[in-house]
Amino acid sequence: MKKVYYLISLLAALSLLISACGPGGGAATIKVGGIGELTGDIPAVGASFKNAAEMAVQEINDAGGLDVGGTKYKIEFFLEDNAGKADQSASAAQKLITQNNVVAIVGPNASRYAIPASEIAESSKVVLISPWSTNPKTTLQSDGKTPKKYVFRACFIDPFQGRVVAKFAMDQLKAKKAAVLYDVASDYNKGIAEFFKQTFEENGGQVVAFETYTTGDKDFSAQLTKIKEANPDVIFLPNYYSEVPLQIQQAHRLGITAPFLGSDSWGSAELLKLCGSDCEGYYFSTHYAADAATPAATKFIEAYKAKYGSTPDDVAALTYDAFGLLWEALKSAGKVDRQAVRDALAQIPKYEGVTGTMQFKEGSGDPIKSAVILQIKDNAFHWFANANP
Amino acid sequence: MIYLLQQALNALQLGSIYALIALGYTMVYGILTMINFAHGDLFMVGAFFCFLIATILKLPFVPTLLLSMAGVAMLGVFIERVAYKPLRQAPRVSAVITALGVGIFLENFTLVFFPYPQSVPQLLANVTWTVGGVAVSSLQVIIIILSLVLMILLDTLVRRTMVGMAMRAISWDKTIVPLMGVPLDLVISITFAIGTGLGAAAGTMYSLAFPVIDPYMGILIGWKAFIAAVVGGIGNIRGAMIGGFILGAVEILVAAFLPSTYRDFVAFTLLLVLLIFRPYGILGRPRPQKV
Repeated sequence: MKKVYYLISLLAALSLLISACGPGGGAATIKVGGIGELTGDIPAVGASFKNAAEMAVQEINDAGGLDVGGTKYKIEFFLEDNAGKADQSASAAQKLITQNNVVAIVGPNASRYAIPASEIAESSKVVLISPWSTNPKTTLQSDGKTPKKYVFRACFIDPFQGRVVAKFAMDQLKAKKAAVLYDVASDYNKGIAEFFKQTFEENGGQVVAFETYTTGDKDFSAQLTKIKEANPDVIFLPNYYSEVPLQIQQAHRLGITAPFLGSDSWGSAELLKLCGSDCEGYYFSTHYAADAATPAATKFIEAYKAKYGSTPDDVAALTYDAFGLLWEALKSAGKVDRQAVRDALAQIPKYEGVTGTMQFKEGSGDPIKSAVILQIKDNAFHWFANANP
Repeated sequence: MIYLLQQALNALQLGSIYALIALGYTMVYGILTMINFAHGDLFMVGAFFCFLIATILKLPFVPTLLLSMAGVAMLGVFIERVAYKPLRQAPRVSAVITALGVGIFLENFTLVFFPYPQSVPQLLANVTWTVGGVAVSSLQVIIIILSLVLMILLDTLVRRTMVGMAMRAISWDKTIVPLMGVPLDLVISITFAIGTGLGAAAGTMYSLAFPVIDPYMGILIGWKAFIAAVVGGIGNIRGAMIGGFILGAVEILVAAFLPSTYRDFVAFTLLLVLLIFRPYGILGRPRPQKV
């Protein structure tokens, strides 16, 4: 019995200690939360997110803090890992909001994790900005029409991206027949594949094969054999960077020679490493091109390279922009208040970010911005064309 | 016709991988009547061993395959000694939960060292021949032939050698047979070594055919191979091979002739129907329950 008492008193002492460094730790700080895919199936996304987030926070703190309503606030950043799981994304959002008492959350990045987290943020009335989630559902209520009030993003959305790639395939590659292979278990892949098909067919093209698989599959031989039979001019793979190399390698092994197209999920340096020479010459749409950058982007790219020794990918750039939007909103809100931040963010007139200019309109959390098409050449990403709506 | 042949080749390749993994489940079940749910993850460890040996030691294919099999076989024996042996007298469900735990441990242990998907170097010349319109890759041929050779070797070992006889005897009765002088622990260790070694062979070949590997790669394929073992009749070695090839064929053919979205749905419905008519699997026989 005595042991139990010791244990209880020890636990009580511990909890006191923990709560002592909880709320009210520093006088002038703003608490900001982040949710990233640090482990799980797309850890390269989480790593870029973490790098850019820490850089954005450090820049503010090194400059003495963020000026909100005349007071300089330091930023206190809470980073949560969602382990590449939808339920952990929701619980991370819950934890940041209720335990860490953050004023806003940046992340998660992939749509399948951003959507569950966004539901929590919306019902708790806390701003959530997803840097990289392009599925329309992230910023929409469950009815699919009304925008969520508290959820924003720093990137364009899938219908737009699907349209851009379909147009590119028809205009630049002169494709008439297209095939699509996508992960039917992932919101992102599914959404973008459907919008590609819709646009391609509306413009007189033909989608000769529309094949699916499920997350975790590695053998795509049945679907690719089917695609080969249909003999398309171009094959669209709106899938994640860890799967695309396998798909292209297997296609080559089956003797498929049609060019491949991709979406922004290709834009990780990991793709180049995993794919080797198999991806040479293919195109994908994404958010920004590191080699055709604006002055704002050049400054960010230089700083990022100096700090981490690698070129920032689109996730890093968008994460940085998501934080940029948040700082802008905090400044114009003039106070550290969840509701005020949300109202200020919705009214930002025009934000000049790393990935281009952004603006939120008509209560929607989707910014108005443009896309770029990159080509993989000499094992690197090169700017190929700009694509505007 | 060419299309069908091409898909049949795809099915053979997938089926031989499933069959190799299914053997591991079925052998352990045959001996211990326990389902080793860590087997899918041992398959993953086999793929990572192959990756490590190929990148660090830069060995060619055959030594890489053998070393990876040996390494995982030792790991399998170690796991059996440390995690399963103490539970041999405990209820079966405890051992199954332990196996699940071991699997999760292996995944996360690998995750610590390899948080990113890794790219496995090409160990085998990858040539694609076109035979009468069918694209045949050298990798496919090697995987199919090597799997068949391993399966024939195993079948011979179990049916024609003393060790095999001891395995079959222990599978028949674990109480009486040791009294006749058959070393129980040794035979169980050998069974684990062979079963996990075959899993590692599958992992090695799989990582060469699909050269992007990650710590979670064993979960889905492990489940599917387990299902293949059950369909074939769990505990029956030839059944596991047949089950593996059936599952591979059903999966590929469903995707080949129906919308691929229905693949898993149709494939597993078919297998369920099969189990309704043959509840002990294709080659399985009901075991009389001892009171």
